[in-house]
Amino acid sequence: MSTRTFKLSRRGFMAAGMAGTALATLTRHPFAHAAVPDLADYVPVFFSEYEWNFINAATSRLIPSHGEGPGALEARVPVFIDLQLAGDFGTAADWYMAEPHDAGASPLKGFQSPLTPAEVYRQGISFFDDWCKETNDSDFVSLDDDAQDLALVALEKGDVGLPDNLRDFFGLLLQNTKEGYFSDPRYGGNHGMAAWVYIGFPGARASFLEWNDPAMDNVEYPLGPVSISGERA
Amino acid sequence: MARTDPKKDVVIIGLGWTGSIAGIELAKEGLDILALERGADRDTVPDFQYPNVADELRYGVRYGFMQKPAKSTVTFRHAQNETALPMRHLGSFLPGDGVGGAGMHWNANTWRPQAEELRLKSYVTEEFGAGIIPEDMTIQDWGVTYEELEPYFDRFEYMLGISGQAGNVGGKIVSGGNPFEAPRAREFPMQPLQMQLAPRMFRDKAEEMGLHPFPMPAAIASESYVNEYGMQLGPCNYCGFCERYGCLNYSKASPQTCILDALKRYDNFNYRTHCEVLKVELAADGKTATGVTYFDEAAQEEVFQPADIVIMAAYSLHNTHLCLLSGIGKPYDPVKGEGVVGRNYAYQMTGGTKAFFEDIEFNPFVGSGSSAYVINDYGTNQIDFAAEGFIGGAYIHASQLNGQPIRNLPLPADVPSWGAGWKKGIKDWYGHSMGVSLHGSNMANRDCYLDLDPTYTDRHGRPLLRMTFDWKDNDTRMSQFMKEKIERVVAELNPTSFKSSYKDTGAHYDIRPYQSTHNVGGTVMGTDPATSVLNRYQQSWDVHNVFILGAGSFPQNIQYNPTGALGGLTYWTLDAIRRDYLSAPGPLV
Ligand SMILES: Cc1cc2nc3c(=O)[nH]c(=O)nc-3n(C[C@H](O)[C@H](O)[C@H](O)COP(=O)(O)OP(=O)(O)OC[C@H]3O[C@@H](n4cnc5c(N)ncnc54)[C@H](O)[C@@H]3O)c2cc1C
Ligand code: SF4
Repeated sequence: MSTRTFKLSRRGFMAAGMAGTALATLTRHPFAHAAVPDLADYVPVFFSEYEWNFINAATSRLIPSHGEGPGALEARVPVFIDLQLAGDFGTAADWYMAEPHDAGASPLKGFQSPLTPAEVYRQGISFFDDWCKETNDSDFVSLDDDAQDLALVALEKGDVGLPDNLRDFFGLLLQNTKEGYFSDPRYGGNHGMAAWVYIGFPGARASFLEWNDPAMDNVEYPLGPVSISGERA
Repeated sequence: MARTDPKKDVVIIGLGWTGSIAGIELAKEGLDILALERGADRDTVPDFQYPNVADELRYGVRYGFMQKPAKSTVTFRHAQNETALPMRHLGSFLPGDGVGGAGMHWNANTWRPQAEELRLKSYVTEEFGAGIIPEDMTIQDWGVTYEELEPYFDRFEYMLGISGQAGNVGGKIVSGGNPFEAPRAREFPMQPLQMQLAPRMFRDKAEEMGLHPFPMPAAIASESYVNEYGMQLGPCNYCGFCERYGCLNYSKASPQTCILDALKRYDNFNYRTHCEVLKVELAADGKTATGVTYFDEAAQEEVFQPADIVIMAAYSLHNTHLCLLSGIGKPYDPVKGEGVVGRNYAYQMTGGTKAFFEDIEFNPFVGSGSSAYVINDYGTNQIDFAAEGFIGGAYIHASQLNGQPIRNLPLPADVPSWGAGWKKGIKDWYGHSMGVSLHGSNMANRDCYLDLDPTYTDRHGRPLLRMTFDWKDNDTRMSQFMKEKIERVVAELNPTSFKSSYKDTGAHYDIRPYQSTHNVGGTVMGTDPATSVLNRYQQSWDVHNVFILGAGSFPQNIQYNPTGALGGLTYWTLDAIRRDYLSAPGPLV
């Protein structure tokens, strides 16, 4: 039987909802930087040191630090990916993983590897780095920026001879990098909401009634983002 | 060992839209009812509460509110000569899981089918001749007409609380509404939603081009509203976390906001969560159901729940699955063209054009699941099928749903997908695009169907449902027809650039990108037991105390989102049960 209490009045629900909304605009949470270790001090929970160095190098080519806006490293994307792979996403907790697997099937049929995302990363990094060593006489991390980009292009195009089991490696890496850049900071990335500030997404504000008014057409939204925990930037 | 619980008058499988309506309509009759829901319990507070719900990663990307493939999924193949493989994570469609079903995380676009769509085969035959129907296309009539259903569509819409502009009230065309809709008895209960710049730009241009734009009929409150069950809705604040999310503001119609608090007040109604129905049990003669067997997650045991009436409200795909597992109706055999369960599975044609404007700031995060202007000038009843070479139609819409950047950051064709160019591109183009999209029909075909997979099973050891489906030339021709119409409007808007994505001839169905959770057919309704699982009251032809609710009843897909149609049909069926079945249980036809 359901264990919830349903006795709260509807009016009570409404009030609760409104209070939540009011909170968002009024509270001033101290910016919780102190609690988050610097990227350099972060101790990965999933990645080995070798893998961690690779992820830092690779994500910083996918979203470079150079130029306007945060790069993957400033946004602490590697922290996000590490935490995701250590959690339900990494273990494919919600996915149907039963055998048999046909990892070489038409991509239109979706993910078919027997490996979890965490295993795809682990084996993918190792395979790709071996390829870098064979092709460039250097591991990925030691290549210069341009050579790293070329290697990633080869990985993306499927030109490094990845086995079918690992064919989703680059797709996962790129998707997770963008997730870490743009998701709420509670997941370890988008540090300081800098990626939201950069493009102009107001995060969890979630209340825009007056912005439908034609008088607001083409007017830039003036407020910075808020995070779910109440940080502002 | 299975436990057996005391008998109920009614057992309802699934507590989404159709299960909730069935619950409250039958609760009014004083019947002793138990609803079994496989997923978690959910309510606005705490599950959709601000700020936790405004979490794109958790709900938009990781599908927090949806079905978990680890527990329930389908296998898929394009054709009978292929081996189907499991949908290992969600993508193309996102079935609900938990109280409210997909009805709590939908967009709330709410449509009635056109009168012609409900008698499609007859309409095509009368207007164009049966000769234009391709040999393998298995379209048919629904067995119920628009005129019969009108009061039930009306009831469903007033229960949800629709914001919109009627286009045809009692045969009188009303300007600003959809002039191509069938006559409705009265206006919508609420004025249309407010619209953002992008939909308004589309509206103005479409109007200038002689088309007939109107606001999307939205099950989202634009004002304060109280429905027939005494449930209250408050005006939407365009939070931009709508589709894939529960509403934080009591504005979007859902079982939670429109029915469940009222339903829970009936002492004769109970529901249990984390209880997945495994099978409907039949009497020895197979002519009636005796109840259902379900797995009680808390007790970790199977339970037999006896009941006089079984209402299947588990979503189209799951209803078909349960019929196949339970032996309700004869399974479809595509080779012989015999049998009915699983037959006429169909989907929804989608596609669209993104237009980029370097000088316009759209503030894309301001929006709701139904913020859109729409044209239906190229709808099913407006197209000369013989001349165009396809059967079907679409509505075309410019929506502003959300600006969540992980999923919704359209970029011009020349922006790379990573690196310095991507980083520059996201700054240059975030908030500078709008989309114009098609939402179209999909005809049924002889070789598009559902059956049981021979290889893959779920955690209970039951065979997974197997989907055999691909796009056909008829439907890709429709898609290309709409592309031409959309690009014409987009070009007139004079964007900096635009980028199109439509299915073309030979396109194969891709199960990865989200398209729609509009899976229809499989337990089709009709007038002939040889081509339908259900009679015109959505009652099983073979097992008269089983009623099956949802889009599985559609013999082929309409051009519109399904819930308006399936909601009306649900009220139609509940009315028949209350009026005729309860006093004299037996076949209603
Ligand atoms: C993101 C999204 C957007 C959508 N937007 C729109 C829209 O704009 N307009 C529109 O018309 N439609 C839309 N839809 C579709 C709409 O949600 C469905 O048409 C509608 O919810 C169907 O109602 P239903 O009762 O058939 O199924 P649901 O509402 O999904 O309810 C079925 C319930 O049954 C439960 N269940 C399944 N199997 C079992 C079992 N074996 N035992 C016990 N319980 C079970 C499920 O967990 C679920 O809670 C959208 C769907 C999604 C996912
Ligand atoms: S956009 Fe409106 S209806 Fe949708 S979730 Fe937000 S407040 Fe609710």
